[in-house]
Amino acid sequence: MTGRFLIALVMAVLITALTAAHGNAAELATEIKALDTASFAQKEKAIAAIAATGDARVAAVMTALSDGKLLIRKSDRLVVIAAGKGTVTIENGATGAALGEAAETDLDKIAINNKIRRQINVILGSLTLFSEDPAVRLAAANDIFRSRDLSSLQPLQDAVAKEQEPQVKLAMEQALAALTLMSDAPEAEKLAAILTVKARGDQDAMSLLASVAQGSDAVAGAAAEALATLEQTRSLWESVQNAVYGLSLGSVLLLAAIGLAITFGVMGVINMAHGEMVMIGAYVTFMVQDVIRSSAPSLFDYSLFIAIPLAFLLTALIGIAIERSVIRFLYGRPLETLLATWGLSLILQQGIRTIFGPTNREVGTPSWMSGSIALGEITLTANRLAIIVFAAIVFAALLLLLRHTRFGLEMRAVTQNRQMASAMGIHTARVDALTFGLGSGIAGIAGVALSQIDNVSPNLGQSYIIDSFMVVVFGGVGNLWGTLVAAMTLGIANKFLEPFAGAVLGKILVLVFIILFIQKRPRGLFALKGRAVEA
Amino acid sequence: MIVHRLLRGTDRGVLITLALILLLTILVPALHLLIPASSPIHVPAYAMALIGKYLCYAMLALSLDLVWGYCGILSLGHGAFFALGGYAMGMYLMRQIGSRGVYGNPDLPDFMVFLNWTELPWYWHGFEWFPFAAVMVLFVPGLLAFLFGFFAFRARVSGVHLSIITQALTFALMLAFFRNDMGFGGNNGLTDFKDILGFNLQSTGTRATFFVATCLALFASLLLCLALTRSRLGAVMTAIRDAESRTRFLGYRVEAFKLFAFTVSACIAGLAGALYVPQVGIINPGEFAPANSIEAVIWAAIGGRGTLFGPILGAVLVNFAKSWFTSALPELWLFALGGLFLAVTLFLPRGLAGLFDRRTAKEATPQVAAAQPEAAE
Repeated sequence: MTGRFLIALVMAVLITALTAAHGNAAELATEIKALDTASFAQKEKAIAAIAATGDARVAAVMTALSDGKLLIRKSDRLVVIAAGKGTVTIENGATGAALGEAAETDLDKIAINNKIRRQINVILGSLTLFSEDPAVRLAAANDIFRSRDLSSLQPLQDAVAKEQEPQVKLAMEQALAALTLMSDAPEAEKLAAILTVKARGDQDAMSLLASVAQGSDAVAGAAAEALATLEQTRSLWESVQNAVYGLSLGSVLLLAAIGLAITFGVMGVINMAHGEMVMIGAYVTFMVQDVIRSSAPSLFDYSLFIAIPLAFLLTALIGIAIERSVIRFLYGRPLETLLATWGLSLILQQGIRTIFGPTNREVGTPSWMSGSIALGEITLTANRLAIIVFAAIVFAALLLLLRHTRFGLEMRAVTQNRQMASAMGIHTARVDALTFGLGSGIAGIAGVALSQIDNVSPNLGQSYIIDSFMVVVFGGVGNLWGTLVAAMTLGIANKFLEPFAGAVLGKILVLVFIILFIQKRPRGLFALKGRAVEA
Repeated sequence: MIVHRLLRGTDRGVLITLALILLLTILVPALHLLIPASSPIHVPAYAMALIGKYLCYAMLALSLDLVWGYCGILSLGHGAFFALGGYAMGMYLMRQIGSRGVYGNPDLPDFMVFLNWTELPWYWHGFEWFPFAAVMVLFVPGLLAFLFGFFAFRARVSGVHLSIITQALTFALMLAFFRNDMGFGGNNGLTDFKDILGFNLQSTGTRATFFVATCLALFASLLLCLALTRSRLGAVMTAIRDAESRTRFLGYRVEAFKLFAFTVSACIAGLAGALYVPQVGIINPGEFAPANSIEAVIWAAIGGRGTLFGPILGAVLVNFAKSWFTSALPELWLFALGGLFLAVTLFLPRGLAGLFDRRTAKEATPQVAAAQPEAAE
């Protein structure tokens, strides 16, 4: 019983809607014919009548008319919309039905003048201002704010009165204020409008205020004052943005360098193959994603969490193998170690190139890491934030490992005084191997993180190795805090130098600064003190 | 006379190398110029240029050996001095192009016209004059080495730290020379050279002359290094390498000796770069790449550091192998080079020279042991 009633109701509504739509189309079709006249005054009337129909195609017709694409077919005086040049595709202006192709010579143009053009703009503006979709209304209000076209004043005032959405209403009021500033409204109103525009505070508001501030009256003065305040706020936000970008660059440097700092600190060995461990970590991420894509696409968002332990294990094992097979024969000869590990890095690079090819491999970003977060005036991409958080977690974990585990204790003992540690019964050879494994493993998980922001290619490691060195020598050896401070300082310094000096010159300045700094403090910011230093 | 005194008591390796260089000086140009191209023993122009290039690399390796093998300073930035010498020569050759460039500007090199520059930057003045350029070839790398060494050695930056900041130095220079506003041609560097001292660079006579000049420069550098290392000064340098603190406590100004060796070495590297550029016809910022400097270190290590002739041998052999591998088995070259690094550091700490010359190896054994930093100093 109810079912049948419902169906009947739906049918009734549909029929009403259809007839209503049909009625409108008929109206539009009649009104549009009135455009076929030479008199501009009559065209204006016709346009007003077309707008009054409220038909869905009014916008399309108006746009076409303003663009000179609304034409009249000579054969039957039908108003059509044309697309293309020479031989054009045409459609019925009133209904939108396709009418095939026609030669331009068979069509008459509907001439318009500037007055009509303004009228069309107002109609189009108000059409979007009264749209069903709040997003369209918002965009329309912002368009008016930017164009500051006084002809939109009337529809805008009507729209503000009708608007229900607070956000859209605010944008409309701001647009209204912008128009007030452009009009010849009384001074008091203009001063109030400046406050409204100032509250908006974005780039558009600043350019509007800058143009108003040109004069010498009270309004111009108020605008200049508001502009100065806004610029101050803006430069403050820019500093915040630079600082955050600097922190994110610093986190990248920290991730890349911290493993190096550990191996250098404990064993006095500069591992030139460190960058290749980072690169292998990135390739592990690629392979994990490859497997997930082909066998379990639903797990894609967790791919990084799967890649992190795998990358750590693989690179740590490679690291231990390198230590056992090469480095342990070279202890006490740091320069030779440097050369041998450089040789290893060439072999690893070429190995990866042979297996995966020389081109960049695509590593996807999980959905939770894409997108961005707006913070005040600045937007931060989620992957930058994720890397900062990740670096912090890795750093904290390492700190805990060094401070609160037996292995950490042994490692610190070996760093401070190898002979004494050995005399106290610490198996230094085992500590060396595990330390090297730990340093390499951390490079591996750094690679997982870097795969999100850099190209995964066999050269990935090379681009980080010099920066990592810089962080380690700048921060000093044997102290993780030194590495942290050095990485963040270099990251932030780089980002603050960039706007003034450009990216490359900024980097050169940072390098020169480090070279000079090392002269002053050859052992870095946080040098290890005591007898171990001279060993 | 001096040569005779120098050579008395010199080990056979150096003597053979000196003789070989002289032989090359005469033989290669003669076989190139006098023998008709159809003959199987004719040396074609590209082969002569290739050997000339190897000899330039040999000079670079020799200069590294002077600081690393005799003074214990492992510079990972010697490529910077090589490239600076090359740029000084390149600037002279650019000015010689004159109005024959693409844009036909008599004063400005093409790339400056392209960048809409209207006048020559101040540091380009004088380079149209060969003697000035020739002085700059030695002076610029020497000055940089002097300043860098002055601060670094005085602050007692040594060992791995020094290696890393020399690496930073060459990296910073590479980034700087990549910039167009530096006025050195940016990414493309300096190229399209036409002639030198009025002689066409492409003519066989000029090329042969360049080859001879390279041989003689290498010969002279080897004699210079020989004289230095066999003097009392050389003895102090060796002492610094083996026990720096002990030498200092004996009253020697360690940093002054290091600075001297470093600066001389940079000048030799600069000269090598200057001879390299006309033979390959281009100099670009890629020569500053840190990897190049590290590769030069491996030439010295493979040949045998601390022997003078070893690095020359190493540079020629490794580069010959590189030329052969990169054309025959391009994928395997990096494996081979990496394997060489490993094998030499693990099994041949004295390099090939140590393998050939048992006597040197035996003498050297205690030195290597003493070089360990953990030894009681």
